[in-house]
Amino acid sequence: MASLAVPKPPARTRRSLGGGVGPIGLGVATLWLSLIVLLPLAAVLTKSLEGGLGGFWDAISAPSARYALLLTTAISALVALINVVTGTLIAWVLVRDDFRGKSLVNAIIDLPFALPTIVASIVLLSLYGPRSPVGIHLYATKPAVILALAFVTLPFVVRSVQPVLMEVDREAEQAAASLGASGWTTFRRIILPALYPALLGGAGLAFARAIGEFGSVVLIGGGIPRDTEVASQYIAKQIETDRPASAAAVSVALLLISFAVLFAIRWFTKRKDVG
Amino acid sequence: MITVTNVSKRFGDFTALDDVSLEVPDGSLTALLGPSGSGKSTLLRIIGGLEFADSGSVVIHGEDVTGVVPQKRGIGFVFQHYAAFKHMTVHDNVGFGLKIRKTPKERIDERVNELLKIVGLGGFAKRYPSQLSGGQRQRMALARALAVEPRVLLLDEPFGALDAKVRAELREWLRRLHEEVHVTTLLVTHDQEEALSIADNIAVMDNAHIEQVGGPRELYDRPANSFVMGFLGPVAQVDDTLVRPHDISLLSRPEGDAREAQVTRVSHLGFEVRVELQLGDGQPVFAQLTRTEAAQLELSAGDIVWLALTGDRDARLVSEDDRLDAVA
Repeated sequence: MASLAVPKPPARTRRSLGGGVGPIGLGVATLWLSLIVLLPLAAVLTKSLEGGLGGFWDAISAPSARYALLLTTAISALVALINVVTGTLIAWVLVRDDFRGKSLVNAIIDLPFALPTIVASIVLLSLYGPRSPVGIHLYATKPAVILALAFVTLPFVVRSVQPVLMEVDREAEQAAASLGASGWTTFRRIILPALYPALLGGAGLAFARAIGEFGSVVLIGGGIPRDTEVASQYIAKQIETDRPASAAAVSVALLLISFAVLFAIRWFTKRKDVG
Repeated sequence: MITVTNVSKRFGDFTALDDVSLEVPDGSLTALLGPSGSGKSTLLRIIGGLEFADSGSVVIHGEDVTGVVPQKRGIGFVFQHYAAFKHMTVHDNVGFGLKIRKTPKERIDERVNELLKIVGLGGFAKRYPSQLSGGQRQRMALARALAVEPRVLLLDEPFGALDAKVRAELREWLRRLHEEVHVTTLLVTHDQEEALSIADNIAVMDNAHIEQVGGPRELYDRPANSFVMGFLGPVAQVDDTLVRPHDISLLSRPEGDAREAQVTRVSHLGFEVRVELQLGDGQPVFAQLTRTEAAQLELSAGDIVWLALTGDRDARLVSEDDRLDAVA
């Protein structure tokens, strides 16, 4: 999945000394992928279909389940969008501006990603929770969920846009200026098109991460059914109340949304590459 | 006309331009010629508004543009590495300047097609820059710069990234284009052959200064100093006289004040024959002969010949310093 964000390196014909990886390498790779990814996915799929397709549909269309899925998708999409704007801005500042402490800021970008998500939740709770020192009380509101998800997904767009922005041809910008283009026109017509694949990739990763996020939301979000409860919390609750089939069904639904988005982005980026 | 007056520019401790003044005549094709680091690109970028001078002024067609942004200077700028808009077709690249001026679409199409025909990219409108060769990309960049009908055209080492054959073709082509379009053009190059072959006016730069301005013949035949002489062509030194190697003739017997020399090596370079010699005092010299001249002398290493200076006296210089060693 991570490969999505990275612009494809130029095709390189590489001849390794020992030739191909051979059947053992291939076997190990397949086995590992199967154990780690494919078999568990198959298991959860089977579980979700225990009650047949009808059971699956009932499980995900239960009011709380449906609400949680819709809320999660909508908020994740919103968060991805926020990231596209702020992430581009941050990447721009990091690449184009020079200021004291730039390397520190650059390092801090990864912090939300590296932080254990439950810690992120506590961090946000202590600032925006019931005993907020700044008087902003967001506990158990939708903005709190958005905030938590924006926090943990911050690095994705920044890190995918940054290297592309560094490679942007400065002379093309100067050429645009000499042709009469204002700074904004140059950004919109010359720079932004070069960033599209990276923006899409970064947004896709942020979305995929947000859709399954649990730890950072669990404390500050409040988990109120049909209000702030996201899909992962709903799944956890189903497990706790011993309804594994329902949990599996919602999980599969999440998986499908996630896949659909990633494939759509992949298709779109590929099409852009050709053009 | 472009008039640059007393322009200085520093980058930190490095002085790129030191009190430089230059006039580029209307309709001329002027070359800024100099080694890398001589300040020629900086001067061009200051004229184009991509850099700003620390002091001095730039006037384009009577308008002081010293502090004016590039968007408002009415210039066309062409870069060494094409600066193509990669995600746009050739048509959209060329039409970019017109499009942001909100020119009607039909007018853009008309102008773009006309320009693409002029630069010889008639059938390439729908291609992307990545589908063009280097030479084609640069011609596209030129069409793009010309599309907005600039008052002056500024070219920064436009053929520097191309291989020798394409470079020579494009040089010729640019010369012809200039005769057709006649826009005042300033071209930066470090290649003296390029400057001599296409420019009608050359400013030789070195070390943040302009050393000499003049026509190609004037610079070659009447160099102001040893730097200009050495940069424009090969130089041989006989005692303390600097002379073009083709102004040395070799005689098979002593005559007048001809100097005795021994041939150390003869290289046949097609039409030209390069003869390396050693004077009596051990000083090495080389001479350029035509095939015919060399054939008559039947030279080979070890031969003793007599060396006389021919050609225009004004084309010679008396060696004044050791700068020549750096460029020879």
